[in-house]
Amino acid sequence: MKSLRALAAALVVAGIAFGVAAAEIAFPPLTGRVVDQAHVLSAQAAEGLRARLQAHEEATSQQVVVATVSSLQGQEIEDYGYQLGRAWGIGQKGKNTGAILLVAPTERRLRIEVGYGLEGTLTDALSRAIIESKITPAFRAGQMEQGIVAGTEAMLGVLRGDPDAVKLPPRRSNQEDPGAIPFVVILVLFALFRFMSRNRRGGGGIWPIFLPGPTWRGGGGGRGGGFDNFGGGGGSFGGGGASGRW
Amino acid sequence: MRFRLIAALLMAVSLSGCGVNDVPRLDEEVKAAWSQVQNQYQRRADLIPNLVETVKGYATQEQDTLVKVTEARAKATSMQIPKDILENPEAFKKFEQSQGALSSALGRLMVVSEKYPDLKSNQNFMALQSQLEGTENRIAVARKDYVETVQRYNVNLRSIPGRWIAAIMYPDAKVRETFSASEAAQEAPKVKFN
Repeated sequence: MKSLRALAAALVVAGIAFGVAAAEIAFPPLTGRVVDQAHVLSAQAAEGLRARLQAHEEATSQQVVVATVSSLQGQEIEDYGYQLGRAWGIGQKGKNTGAILLVAPTERRLRIEVGYGLEGTLTDALSRAIIESKITPAFRAGQMEQGIVAGTEAMLGVLRGDPDAVKLPPRRSNQEDPGAIPFVVILVLFALFRFMSRNRRGGGGIWPIFLPGPTWRGGGGGRGGGFDNFGGGGGSFGGGGASGRW
Repeated sequence: MRFRLIAALLMAVSLSGCGVNDVPRLDEEVKAAWSQVQNQYQRRADLIPNLVETVKGYATQEQDTLVKVTEARAKATSMQIPKDILENPEAFKKFEQSQGALSSALGRLMVVSEKYPDLKSNQNFMALQSQLEGTENRIAVARKDYVETVQRYNVNLRSIPGRWIAAIMYPDAKVRETFSASEAAQEAPKVKFN
């Protein structure tokens, strides 16, 4: 009798678990690096993006994906985004080096979702700066495609370590002479490094600091290749990034 | 008699298949999910001094709110977390409450900061704001992951055959504490900046 009751209880619990599982979101299939479910990109722009994203993965083994969805299915974009990233498995397994530019035109919401492994480079603050300076101004002007392309480029630029990819606005609003100070600082730094590298033997110490450059990890990553049959590498997401609306 | 025979048979099947290692495996998952929750709360706590410092310079009339945030942070970070917190409903509840109190104090701070245009356009503040927003989101994700892994673990411990396996092989395994569903209610007002 007792075990019968236990069995019944187990069935009930299993039913609850099943109910939870059944409430999951139906994500669009991962058909490539650019998934344009909402149809806001021209074929040309999508192909251009795809090629750039592929080149980026080949150089850095990081997977960046652009997704436009026709509906968030009643979810907050923050909830939708990380689950989409996990469902697709964007980024290298174990390293979680993936990022998604997610656009939901119906809800007028967008998000840069950043995998655990890239949170240090593509920070929340930089993600927000990209959204606010590169993407939403274009979206507000009705230029979805331009916004997505500019935003993706800025994301890739940040991930490459390009300091000009997006500007975090200056810390203090000292309006005096915005250009001069950084220039002087760079000059002084440069002189310092030259001085230091002369004191060392090889001198090679200066470049690694100025050029973060691509990390040639090679292999391992997604199934890139001449023909782009793209698949997620098994990376995971933990809610990093930033959201915006327009 | 026949009943016991069936039980023994069932157990043999489940032992030879999978399931023997479910308890330790799920236990590790629960621990990993929990440490992620703690990490994210810690990350939030680390952001606060800087945030308070920045707001202080602009919102001079909000001393009260600032003090409350600082106090809530001190309370949340000074809490001694016992080793058995996951099996200790009292300690778990206390942890959740102290973090919830910090959430609402922070929420209030972000609401009042809306009144200060100079603060809102301060770049340092904007960066901190986006980090805080991101961290609140990470906390939500970590909590959800934790709730899900604990659910799996607890279901396994309470249902058959996991229950029998645990009784025989892992008698120390206990059902784990989980976050209450009223997270949204606790964290009101929600931190939203857009």
